[in-house]
Amino acid sequence: MEKIYQTKKNQCKLVSAKPETIKFLLDYSKSLKVTEAKGIQFESNLN
Amino acid sequence: MIQVLEDSQLVKDYMSGNERAIEVLINRHNARLTGFIYSKVGDRELTEDIFQDTFMKVIRTLKRGAYNEEGKFLPWVMRIAHNLIIDHFRKSNRMPMFDGTDSFNVFSLMGDEKLNAEKQLIKDQIDSDLARMIKELPEDQQEVLQMRLYKDMSFKEISENTGVSINTALGRMRYALINLRKLVEANSIVLTN
Repeated sequence: MEKIYQTKKNQCKLVSAKPETIKFLLDYSKSLKVTEAKGIQFESNLN
Repeated sequence: MIQVLEDSQLVKDYMSGNERAIEVLINRHNARLTGFIYSKVGDRELTEDIFQDTFMKVIRTLKRGAYNEEGKFLPWVMRIAHNLIIDHFRKSNRMPMFDGTDSFNVFSLMGDEKLNAEKQLIKDQIDSDLARMIKELPEDQQEVLQMRLYKDMSFKEISENTGVSINTALGRMRYALINLRKLVEANSIVLTN
């Protein structure tokens, strides 16, 4: 009979966000530039 | 001696271009914010997502210079996270998803049978429109229709109560429905929820 595989959720409590998430946020912060022209703000993401 | 900078000082530093400041802020409040989100959503991946979205919002607000120094930094961040958690539950209510566990969740089978406020208003409107139109019908038809629909009586019982034959009661009911349809069309009334 065909087996049904199921991925179980990790039951351990989460204590802090992963280092990858923090790194993503820091990279996002470095790449985000806000420029203002004629009173209007423009956001740009420079990768 | 290591000098511990206040959140407000780090926010100022970050807004004036010091990228290192946001790293300190994120690491300082990581555990607290993660714990807060996890306590509400109870899912690791979702907690990571909301944590990330929260700080993306924080970063954008600070870079735009739109942060207002009146409140404290952490309560402000928690409020953003709280709003994102509410948004998530609103969306997931509309799109129920399989949660990946093999445990049985009784709520996946049970629904809230009650109408929402908007549908309840529409239903009340339809009921009152219908009641008004029934009053427009000739008395004999009105009587049969009310006994059949509102009192749930059989045609045999109606005939016994009104003193007419079953066929007459059936005929009155038929004409009552025909006349109601005419009234609906004439008044352009929509009787659907």
